[in-house]
Amino acid sequence: MNPNSKKTMTYNQVFEELKNKNEGAFIPFVVAGDPDFETSIEIVKKFVENGADALEIGFPFSDPVADGPSVQTADIRALGSGMTTEKCFQFIERIREFTQIPIGLLVYYNLIYKKGIETFYKRASEAGVTGILAADLPPEEAGSAVEMADKYGVNQIFMVAQTTRNERIDEIAKLGSGFLYVVAVMGVTGARSDIQTSTVDLITRVKDRTDLPIAVGFGISKPEHVRDVIKSGSNGAIVASAIINIITDNLDNKDKALEEIGNFCSELKQSTKI
Amino acid sequence: MLEDGKFGKYGGIFVPELIIPALEELEEAFYKYKDDPEFNEELKFYLKEFAGRPTNLYFAENLSKKLGCRVYLKREDMLHTGAHKINNTLGQGLLAKYMGKTRLIAETGAGQHGIATAVIGALFSLPTEVYMGSEDVERQKMNVFRMELSGGKVIPVETGSKTLKDAVNEAFRDWITNVEDTHYLIGSTMGPHPYPTMVKHFQSVIGEEARRQIMEKEGKLPDAVIACVGGGSNAMGIFAGFMNDDKVELIGVEGGGDGTETPRTGATLCKGTEGILHGSLSFVLQNQDGQISEAHSVSAGLDYPGVGPEHAHLKVTGRANYVAVTNKEALRGFELLSKYEGIIPALESSHAVAYAEKYASMEENKGKTIIINLSGRGDKDMFIVAKEMGVEV
Repeated sequence: MNPNSKKTMTYNQVFEELKNKNEGAFIPFVVAGDPDFETSIEIVKKFVENGADALEIGFPFSDPVADGPSVQTADIRALGSGMTTEKCFQFIERIREFTQIPIGLLVYYNLIYKKGIETFYKRASEAGVTGILAADLPPEEAGSAVEMADKYGVNQIFMVAQTTRNERIDEIAKLGSGFLYVVAVMGVTGARSDIQTSTVDLITRVKDRTDLPIAVGFGISKPEHVRDVIKSGSNGAIVASAIINIITDNLDNKDKALEEIGNFCSELKQSTKI
Repeated sequence: MLEDGKFGKYGGIFVPELIIPALEELEEAFYKYKDDPEFNEELKFYLKEFAGRPTNLYFAENLSKKLGCRVYLKREDMLHTGAHKINNTLGQGLLAKYMGKTRLIAETGAGQHGIATAVIGALFSLPTEVYMGSEDVERQKMNVFRMELSGGKVIPVETGSKTLKDAVNEAFRDWITNVEDTHYLIGSTMGPHPYPTMVKHFQSVIGEEARRQIMEKEGKLPDAVIACVGGGSNAMGIFAGFMNDDKVELIGVEGGGDGTETPRTGATLCKGTEGILHGSLSFVLQNQDGQISEAHSVSAGLDYPGVGPEHAHLKVTGRANYVAVTNKEALRGFELLSKYEGIIPALESSHAVAYAEKYASMEENKGKTIIINLSGRGDKDMFIVAKEMGVEV
């Protein structure tokens, strides 16, 4: 086990604390190693300095079917910079040197399967990972993953979407832990202009059926989106593509990218206070 | 889902949650209509009148003399649009219509499945969009034009390696976004459940006919059935007819590319390892971290780093054997059939022809009866073959 792991915060602790303050959790996302290992460590530092309550870290994958162009581009950059699964775990260990907020992994299942399910979860736990979400692992296929998550003290996080029926939401909520990842839109990851009414309806529908905290992601790209989903009852908001777009737009100017990410995160965190 | 879609340990439904309801709907519709008399009457009508079934099982006399075996060709190359792909697009297209879907999407590598989908879109008045890697769009301009003539819209995919696997990724992304009104018409026995089972069902007409025809012509079963394997639909279609005939050897031939000992290969079952790609657990070409590799074969239809999960099951249980032939050997198969029989095979099918020659050359196989699934015709490959032969057309 990681020597610091006793100090790391659980999702429950974070969501409870924030609830008492009338705040939601701001959860920014970056792909480990995008655009390179050291820069993405600095990006995570900016997240933490500017109010991140938890972190989502993507492990780059060659064929990310649930992701739109922004995350795909980030995955390609990270793989191009020489990231491997082991380096991704070292990335988590580096983050654990400066923060104890929950760290969730966003991966594709082949990365887990190829390493060996138990090996992957054991290594994740050692590195200080709090939760793991495999984008292409529905509950039907998740038996072994959930077993290993339990064995190594990691939360297995699942997604629910607008197309997910109520009985299925119940099953998923039973199987998952940490929080439920609510997919805001019908589609892949990517920045969008508005929050749809259907997103608000989904938040209400999920909240009615489970006590598990929920965080909304996909298409959350502006401070008002964050405010809208938190006001609608979500415990947290996950922002990915809009942050990656800042990296993409400033590849030749690292300082500017870091400054913009810092300012953007600070704004997003403010919007979680309702 | 009603079933887990597993073949032994392989297969399954490894997809994002957003797609699950669409797969449930598709599975339910497939199980409902696959035994529905009205659906099957209509499908049979179109297979006969539109596609040109049944296809002949042709005794290749010259080739038989040359190889010292009795060689039969299952002439899927005679079908409308030039390959077996239309068996599946008619089946799924009709199913989409029965389900009330109003739009078709498909992925395509060389364009064969894209064309077979576009003509079905025209036939059933369903707007059709086909995802195709921008590299392939460039290499297969003629097929892009053919799709467009049938009213299909070709969408070039600029991500990743810009080939078939990226076209599949992009088609999935479209489906995730438009599941309500769109049917994703997957072209091979791959993808999440129910696709491998469903595509096999619609292609199994090849094997049913072939078994009946060989019994009529030879009065006995063949010793071996040989078919090329990319995703694996033509092979699964013909294997299905002989699956329970234990004495019939089933041989799948993969695109070896420059050779399985090189990185430039498409031989997923011969050289790959277990992994998850595009919705199912099967064999894939990948590195030690599970990042998917690029495949390579002179034949675009075999140029894919995954393979249908049932083939993985048939491999590990030993019911079928999988071999690879190189680009060079495939070109020899291409010339052999063209020259001896006056039949120009697709480069994919040329792999099966090439292996048939190897098979026949083995002492223990002398005089045996074999069926080669001639899955497609070679018209589409003229420019590639001419270039490989150093001929200017």
